[in-house]
Amino acid sequence: MSFPWAQHYKPSHPLMVYLDEKLPLPRFVYNAVGAGYPVPRNLNYAWNFGVLAGFCLLIQIVTGIVLAMHYASNAGIAFDSTEHIMRDVNYGWLLRYAHANGASAFFAVVYIHIFRGFFYGSYKPPREMIWLLGVVIFLLMMATAFMGYVLPWGQMSYWGAQVITGLFSAIPLIGGALHTWLLGGFAPGDAALNRFFSLHFLLPFVILGVVILHIWSLHIPGSSNPTGVEVKTESDTVPFHPYYTAKDGFGLGVFLILYCAVVFFAPNQFGHPDNYIPANPMQTPAHIVPEWYFWPFYAILRAFTQDFFIIPAKLMGVLAMFSAILVWFFLPWLDRSPVRSGHYRPLHRKFFWVLVIDVLALGYCGGAPAREPYVMISQVLAIYYFLHFLVILPIVSSLEKPEPLPFSITEAVLGKDDHAVLTA
Amino acid sequence: MADDAVIDTPEHAPVVTDGGVRRRDFINIAAVSAAGVGAVSVLLPLVSQMAPSADVLAESSTDVDLASIQVGQGIKAVFRSQPLFVRRLTPKEIAAADAVPVASLRDPETLAQRTKPGKTEWLITMAVCTHLGCVPLGIVSTENRGEFGGYFCPCHGSQYDTAARIRKGPAPKNLEVPDYAFTTDTAIKVG
Ligand code: HEM
Ligand code: FES
Repeated sequence: MSFPWAQHYKPSHPLMVYLDEKLPLPRFVYNAVGAGYPVPRNLNYAWNFGVLAGFCLLIQIVTGIVLAMHYASNAGIAFDSTEHIMRDVNYGWLLRYAHANGASAFFAVVYIHIFRGFFYGSYKPPREMIWLLGVVIFLLMMATAFMGYVLPWGQMSYWGAQVITGLFSAIPLIGGALHTWLLGGFAPGDAALNRFFSLHFLLPFVILGVVILHIWSLHIPGSSNPTGVEVKTESDTVPFHPYYTAKDGFGLGVFLILYCAVVFFAPNQFGHPDNYIPANPMQTPAHIVPEWYFWPFYAILRAFTQDFFIIPAKLMGVLAMFSAILVWFFLPWLDRSPVRSGHYRPLHRKFFWVLVIDVLALGYCGGAPAREPYVMISQVLAIYYFLHFLVILPIVSSLEKPEPLPFSITEAVLGKDDHAVLTA
Repeated sequence: MADDAVIDTPEHAPVVTDGGVRRRDFINIAAVSAAGVGAVSVLLPLVSQMAPSADVLAESSTDVDLASIQVGQGIKAVFRSQPLFVRRLTPKEIAAADAVPVASLRDPETLAQRTKPGKTEWLITMAVCTHLGCVPLGIVSTENRGEFGGYFCPCHGSQYDTAARIRKGPAPKNLEVPDYAFTTDTAIKVG
C-alpha cells in the first residue's frame, strides 16, 4: 500500500494506544493523509484539485442537508418553498447561494482535475482504475446536479427536466415507455419532482462512496507527479503531513476566497433569470440552456440535425452526447505512449491545448441560441472532439518521439548533485 | 467445490443417485432458484412504483369549444397536463400542406390523414416537440413559425409545416395527433 520507508504510527498517549488496539482509526488517518503517507516531492498546484473536489462535496452535503429541512418537494409549493428559503429562513439566502454556487465550484474544480489528468497522462497504468472510478464520479455528479436544478421548480427547472428526460425517448423501441416510467407521468410533475428530490438526496452519498474507492485505489501506486517518472527512492518523496496538508490548506484558502467572492458578490452570475419564474408547462422559455457546466455536451447534442444513414438525428445527438464522456473510459488504452507527462511529449502537449480550446468553444456554442452560425461551428468542434480521442491521440502516441526523461524525481528537482538529496 | 461426483463428509456417506447427481446439488439449485424468484418478486414492485400512478393515468379527457376560433387563428389548450395546439388553417395553408410530395417527408403523412374527414381546416396536435419535448412557437401568427409556416421549436430549431409535419431540424416525428372526435360541428373531445 505504501512505500517501505513510510513512517510508522506510534501512539504515545494511553488513550491513543487503547484506541489503536480497539479501533485503529487514527492509524488509518495517519497512513492515509498523515506523516505515514509518502508523496512525490514535486507535486505542483494542479494536484490540489482532488482535495478541493472533496471539499466541494462536503459543502454540498452540509448545505444540502440543511436546505432539505426547509424545502418542500411538491410541485404545488416547491417554487414558493425555495422563495421561503430565500426570504424567510434565517440565513436561507446564504445556504441556498452557497449550495447553488457550490455546484458550479464543484464542476469548475473537477474539470481542472480531469484536464490535469489529460495533460499529465494520469490515466495511464498503474492508475487506470483511479481514472475509471473518476469518470463514474463525474457521471454521478452530472445526474445529481441535473436533478438538483429541477428542485426549485422554476421555468428552467421544468424545461430542463422535460428536455433531459426527453433524451431517453430517443432510445429505439423502449424509449417512449422508458421516458414515461422515468417521469412517472407524461410530462414532468409531482411524481417526477418527488423522485428527483429523493435521488438528489441519495446520490451525493453514493458519490462519497465512489470517492472512497477512488482514493483507496490511488493509495496503492500513490500519486503520479509532473514528471510522470515513478517514485524510486525515499528522496523522491516527502510525508503527506505536514508538506501537502500545508500546500492543500493554502490552495483551499485561495479557493474559498474565489468561492465566497461569487457567493457574496455575484450569487446569480451562473444562474438563469428564467428560473425565478414559476414552472409553466404551457410555455417554453425562448432560450433554454442548461447550467454552464453542461454546455460543451449540450453543444454536441445540438450539433446533430441530420439523419445519419439509418440513425435518426435525435438518437444520433443523444448517442454523441453520452459518448463524449464515455470515450474517457477508453483513454488508458487509446493513448499508448509509454511516457505519461505532457512535459516530455512535444506533440501530445500541443494537441492537449487544442482540445482545451475546442472544449471551451463547444461550451460557448452550447450556451448560445440554437441558430447559425453556432450549430455549424458546434458540428466542426464536435467532430474534432471525437477525432482527438479516437484518432489523434492513438496516432500521436505511436508517432511522437518523447523528450528525454529525468532519471528520477529527485534529479528532476535538484539536478544531478548527489549532495542535494533530501534526508529525512 | 470440485465437480467430482463424490465428496466424503465426516457424518454422511456420499449420496449419489443414478445420474451422478447428489442431493446437495439439488438443494443448492433449489435454494438459489428460490432466492432468485424472491429477488425478482421484490424488484418488481420497486421498479413498477415508478410508472405513472392510477390518478395520473385517470386524467380525463378535454373538451375544446371551437366556435370562437376564426380562420387563421389557433389556441393552446391543456390535455393530460400537456399543451395542445388547436389551429384553424387558412385555405392557403391547406394548399401549402397538400402541395408537398408525401414521399419526401421524414415522417410521411398527408394533411387528410392528420385531420378528420371534411374537417381538414382543423389541425389538432400535441404542442410537444417530438425532439425533446419543448412547446414550439407559432400557434399565434405573431410568433416565429419557421420556414414552413407551421411551428418553430426554439429549443433546438425543429421546423414544422402547416400540417405540423417535421420538415427540418432534429425532431424525428410529426407533432402527435391525439385521439379526438367532433362532438358537435364546433366542439371536440380529446382523449
Ligand atoms: C454532489 C453534490 C451536489 C450537487 C452537485 C448539487 C447540486 C444542486 C443544484 C445545481 C441545485 C439547484 C440550485 C438552485 O438553482 O437553487 C441543488 C438544489 C438542492 N439540493 Fe443539491 N447538490 C448536491 C448535494 C446535495 C445534498 C447532499 C443534498 C441534501 C442531502 C442536497 C439538497 C438540495 C436541495 C434541498 C435543493 C433545492 C433547494 C434550492 O434550490 O436551493 N443537495 N443542488
Ligand atoms: S425540443 Fe424541439 S427542437 Fe429540441
